[in-house]
Amino acid sequence: MMNDAFEAVAERPAAAPGAADIVIRARGLTKRYKATRALDNAEFEVRTGRIVGLIGPNGAGKTTALKAILGLTDVEGELSVLGMDPRRERPQLMREVCFIADVATLPRWIRVHEAIDFVAGVHPRFDRAKCERFLARTKLHTNQRVREMSKGMIVQLHLAIVMAIDARLLVLDEPTLGLDILYRKQFYQSLLEDYFDENKTILITTHQVEEVENILTDLLFIRDGKIVLGTTMDEMGARFTEVLVGPDQVEAARALHPIDERGAVFGKMIFLFDGADPERLAQLGEAHRPSVSDLFVATMKGTYA
Amino acid sequence: MNAITQSRFAWLLKREYWEERRGFLWAQVIAVGVIIGITILGIIAGEVFRARVGGSGNINMGMNLSELLRNGMAHNMVDVVKSLDMTMLLFGVVSAVVLFFVVFFYLLGALYDDRRDRSILFWKSLPLSDTSTVVSKVVAAIVIAPLIAVVVVLAGYICAQIVMSLWFLAHGVNPFGLLWVHADPFSVWLHLLAMVPVNAVWALPTVGWLLFWSAAVRSKPFLWAVVIPIVAGVLNFWIGLLGLPNIPTQFFWSNLVGRALLSVIPGTWMAPDAQRIGVHFMDSGDFARISYSSMAHAFTLPGMWIGAVVGIALIAAAIWFRRWRDEV
Repeated sequence: MMNDAFEAVAERPAAAPGAADIVIRARGLTKRYKATRALDNAEFEVRTGRIVGLIGPNGAGKTTALKAILGLTDVEGELSVLGMDPRRERPQLMREVCFIADVATLPRWIRVHEAIDFVAGVHPRFDRAKCERFLARTKLHTNQRVREMSKGMIVQLHLAIVMAIDARLLVLDEPTLGLDILYRKQFYQSLLEDYFDENKTILITTHQVEEVENILTDLLFIRDGKIVLGTTMDEMGARFTEVLVGPDQVEAARALHPIDERGAVFGKMIFLFDGADPERLAQLGEAHRPSVSDLFVATMKGTYA
Repeated sequence: MNAITQSRFAWLLKREYWEERRGFLWAQVIAVGVIIGITILGIIAGEVFRARVGGSGNINMGMNLSELLRNGMAHNMVDVVKSLDMTMLLFGVVSAVVLFFVVFFYLLGALYDDRRDRSILFWKSLPLSDTSTVVSKVVAAIVIAPLIAVVVVLAGYICAQIVMSLWFLAHGVNPFGLLWVHADPFSVWLHLLAMVPVNAVWALPTVGWLLFWSAAVRSKPFLWAVVIPIVAGVLNFWIGLLGLPNIPTQFFWSNLVGRALLSVIPGTWMAPDAQRIGVHFMDSGDFARISYSSMAHAFTLPGMWIGAVVGIALIAAAIWFRRWRDEV
């Protein structure tokens, strides 16, 4: 019931941006496997210069959506990435798109200098000097093989290669899974400091929402193959409010149709409101902007039930 | 643009070489090295034996080795040249056996191993078409690996000659007149080199068959690729046993099962009756099968061209699987 509210909102068309501004446009994206639909009429748009989190529980269709964007799988529906159709123009598209699909997809036999030589040989937008500068900050040496590296070092190498490619779209699929906290922090730090700018777009899937919360500019929540919420972080702050309500005000809060409620300490309750009048909410208790993870949990309630 | 495409393809080939250096190069070097090692062991054994027997004098030997080499070899130059030819051929045969095993397993893993370890996701993140990727693996298997093998054979032969020369010199025999002036073994080597394109076209059905299963299956490409033809062969034989219409057993094994699995063995196109086909290279029966006319004859066999067409179709299917098989 609460999710119905989200779907209704999600179907509301976003403010139409200029067409040149759009990096990814998907309409009616559907992917059927034998019994299930990994994508079910998914619709979304991603604009230039944004860092977009594609967030959903396991099996919601995140990876299928990314594979469709990267032209790794065939899907039904309308899909355009940088003006190209990934199903037909994959090799051309990959000049402008980079991706890191979870950790440790670099071939284990390759040496650092071989990986760099190869990418320099086949990728027209790769800047070798830049890559070597990034590598100089790490402990990797050029003759080292991937199989001799820790997971964290493999990601450092992969990131150095990818950041040296002047691509317009970077797709990250669970890029920090299994890394320790130092490498994870460093990973996103490097992306923000040395890579991201207004001409680039980053699309990230992860279920470690807390980790990316502070760097995202846009959110796409995916559930059962559908995009159930598409918003910028700014819009989200304006639209959703979380209020910590004392026991005496609980009934008054419920009367305002919160989309979620959960218990807090001392008999207080936390209510999540969508589009309620801020002044009215301020009377109920302490109001603040919900975290992405709390919004996520509220949206996805019942997924595994 | 064309130059870029060409250089990209060269990088793809280089990548295959980097990944498969052990099989393509070092396995060959080791095989050839073992032959040379055995030669050296034989020389040492001979010397030790001679020292023991001849320690008290040369009477029992009848003739000492230096004389044997000097007189005997000079008198039987035809036999010397033939044995040098055979040495080159021995290197070629050993190298071909190694090449078969290396290429067979390379092809089975070529489109499977990177799906298993997920590194396909890295390769697919680069602006390379699946067609060029698969074709680079075909070229690595039937051009690059055999050329490396042929070069190693030549190097091995030269090393063996150097070892022999040192042995001759130790006995005060000048090796140049005996070993180095004969162009014949190098002519044998040129034949090995000329066989590379013949082997390459002949290998296509096996290359296609192995790459097809490598790209298509979720696991265990070896079982699929090997068990299916063998079970089919046995079934065909059994149907024949029952007296039902079947494909002639001999034909089935050699033209279907054999071409699917064993055509990557160098020289399997050689006709068993090569000597009757006409020999333009050497009159010796041992070498008729690798004569240039025998190679030319291979291209007149319908089996060569039917196999090539089937092989190319299977490679095209492998490219399709490489493109669209989305689970890794």
